[in-house]
Amino acid sequence: MDPELIKDCVHCGFCLPTCPTYVLWGEEMDSPRGRIHLMAQHNEGVEMSPEMAGHFDACLGCMACVTACPSGVQYDRLIEHTRPVVEREHTREPRDRAVRALVFALFPYPRRLRLVKPFTRLNRRLAPFLERVHPTLGALAELTPPRSRTRPLPALVRARGRRRARVGLLTGCVQGAFFPDVNRATARVLALEGCDVVIPRGQGCCGALSLHSGYDARRFAKKTIETFEKAGVGTVVVNAAGCGSSMKDYADVLADDPDWRLRASRLKVRDLAEYLVELGPVAERHPLPMTVAYHDACHLAHAQGVRAQPRELLGEIPDLKVREISESAICCGSAGTYNLFQPAPARELGERKAARVEETGADLLVSANPGCTMQITTAMRRLGRPPIPVAHTAQVLDASLRGLGTVR
Amino acid sequence: MTVFDRLEAVFPPDRVITDPVRLRTYECDGLTYHRATPMVVVLPETAEEVAAVVRACAEFGVPFVARGSGTGLSGGALPRSDGVLIVTSRMRRILSVDLDRRQAVVEPGVTNLAITEAVRDRGYYYAPDPSSQQICSIGGNVAENSGGAHCLKYGFTVNHVQALEIVTPDGEIVEISEDDFGYDLLGAFVGSEGTLGIATKITVRLMRAPESVTTLLAAFETIEAGGQAVSSIVGAGILPAAIEMMDALAIEAAEAAVACGYPADAGAVLIVELDGPAPEVESQLAEVIAICVATGSFEQRVAASADERAKIWKGRKSAFAAVGRISPAYIVQDGVVPRTCLGEVLAGIDALQDEFGIRVANVFHAGDGNLHPLVLFDDTAPGEGERAEVVSGRILDLCILHGGSITGEHGVGVDKARYMPRMFTDADLDTMQRVRCAFDPGGRSNPGKVFPTPRLCGEVPRVRKGSPGEIF
Repeated sequence: MDPELIKDCVHCGFCLPTCPTYVLWGEEMDSPRGRIHLMAQHNEGVEMSPEMAGHFDACLGCMACVTACPSGVQYDRLIEHTRPVVEREHTREPRDRAVRALVFALFPYPRRLRLVKPFTRLNRRLAPFLERVHPTLGALAELTPPRSRTRPLPALVRARGRRRARVGLLTGCVQGAFFPDVNRATARVLALEGCDVVIPRGQGCCGALSLHSGYDARRFAKKTIETFEKAGVGTVVVNAAGCGSSMKDYADVLADDPDWRLRASRLKVRDLAEYLVELGPVAERHPLPMTVAYHDACHLAHAQGVRAQPRELLGEIPDLKVREISESAICCGSAGTYNLFQPAPARELGERKAARVEETGADLLVSANPGCTMQITTAMRRLGRPPIPVAHTAQVLDASLRGLGTVR
Repeated sequence: MTVFDRLEAVFPPDRVITDPVRLRTYECDGLTYHRATPMVVVLPETAEEVAAVVRACAEFGVPFVARGSGTGLSGGALPRSDGVLIVTSRMRRILSVDLDRRQAVVEPGVTNLAITEAVRDRGYYYAPDPSSQQICSIGGNVAENSGGAHCLKYGFTVNHVQALEIVTPDGEIVEISEDDFGYDLLGAFVGSEGTLGIATKITVRLMRAPESVTTLLAAFETIEAGGQAVSSIVGAGILPAAIEMMDALAIEAAEAAVACGYPADAGAVLIVELDGPAPEVESQLAEVIAICVATGSFEQRVAASADERAKIWKGRKSAFAAVGRISPAYIVQDGVVPRTCLGEVLAGIDALQDEFGIRVANVFHAGDGNLHPLVLFDDTAPGEGERAEVVSGRILDLCILHGGSITGEHGVGVDKARYMPRMFTDADLDTMQRVRCAFDPGGRSNPGKVFPTPRLCGEVPRVRKGSPGEIF
């Protein structure tokens, strides 16, 4: 925990109202300012007690505080440096270690995820039982979306009309396994906007889950860089907020190795919305007469600063009304693996978000991160309200570009 | 039986903090210069719980300190290592909004901005707007009688609080209101910095949002020229909602933090906000622009949209914390001078910078002469912190010398208690102490704040020794 980065904090407290755990509990040590204070204590020699570790574990890593901070404190760096220290110095309960091992043996591996998919229907019925075994297993069972048909994506989707660019597409782990339609829509939208879309087979995890949880992400980062280098693309378009934000950090993740750092910095990573706005629209937008609410994924809005672009893209669709969700800066509680390892606060935040989404009266929720989509859908189901359908920005654009008239 | 046993009997374990590592995160508020780890922290959720803590403190003779969001800049919520810290951050319900009577009743932990957010879409707002309004608590605002940029026209917290429910230092819950007959207890309580008790319910005045608001950013080559413009605007009989000034160093910091896009080569910028009926605002704007041009402003920008207005304000409102970008450490000073002396005092601050080799960034509510000099220093350079302290103190001397005050809105707290004798005579201080003792004879409510030498009430006003009741 770099003392220089800690010193940037002037203790003004501007981060407090955007911190989800401070919003829930109103406690100093569960705020960014308080956690930075704990980091400073640890630097002074105070040991990593279970209490201290608990406050770091309770941080969602949503980075809303980074947006709010007027002093430019790099809390994202600070918490990323802190998590491995927690893993090294704090001994978790054996059962907690076991479920962590399970999660990290499953999620970063698309093939394994696809293997467990057939059991998802059973999963939800088993949820109450699994909940008793371990809260993480209960959350896992509850969050899994219903089965969807996976059809393999072609390795190359050619541009429609004049070719304007050639890009790679990251298919992701959870996105690929549970939301294959989002990847298909993304590829179509890019192709319709004049891109050759290269979709390398055998993509692994980008490393986001590990990076945001304090585990070594270098192996994943190197493999992903290699995959896209081999595919011969300089720009990778990412449609999952968490993945995009970690891929943009590759140069830092691989900072120890000059050769890899260079290779990382050569790879241009863009979020889909960010890329489409940079490229500029050419394909015709057909009307979509509906009202949507746009949800800011933390790893898009706070970590990548991508807020205006998705709104701009949605705003260009004729007859489509975009509503804002109040408290949009507050995380929905998904936060990577947070809703698995901290299910209680995650549920509270999920329900809070679901209520705010409901207030908008929209027909459709637009969310550009698979984690948020699962989290908010689950929260709406738990509240027993008629669930609002959720779609990715790519799916809304796809429906407009192809003149479907509605988002399926 | 100890105070711990009593607290643990009243509160569930997750709302009594005794772990030393956790306790230390409460060791300071927005002023990090003074630190003390509290003996115990409690997080009450109701007035009854606050009263129960205060009664426990009375029973065991333990001091207590109230804290809201911990953003104060005078150390008013500095804990006592032998005392209980009562944190109101979980008392954050807006209890009622009555637009017919234009008032809202809120709990002390509600943030200042949350009140406005609750009524904004119905065309109302809560007027006092400290720069920390997004997080500072209304309970803290009551304790400090907080101001903000718009206090020039609309007044301070004391002008916007209509009634309070307070827990007195002996643990009684009482209500005081502006409708009460007799002594103005509400006036005495607001701004008492936690020394008279803890507010647990606050009835605030809601204001109708003005029909029209316009914000002007005017750039000047020198701060003196900007100061001249301020005097001329007020002299012309115009009462803007706010007149704020920032000097070159403060502009540099704000630019680095929030890219507010102020004119880069300005020696000073003035933010003038006018509000009211549209025709009045329009004619005043023309007049203000003419005055700025006449006093040497080389660029004037009028915000064309709410977004542009927000951007202009963002630079100003984040200025304090933004200074963290250009200096490793700094002291936020708060002093007041008569508006007509602005130029002289600023020249005096300039001289201090040269004398001590310490940089000072100036941000201030120019309209009411409330200065916020930011004294910059490097806390790793030996002796620099001490020199900055001296400069900071000398600035207050300058304020007093010119007939001003040692605090405009941040409060005395622990930080400025030592300057109180420079501004007040012993007799003044003794009289204040008697008021305090009337509420808190045991001296348990936020002791060590405001008064330079904490004394027990029994021994306080020295004049009382001879014949109690007769002062002169």
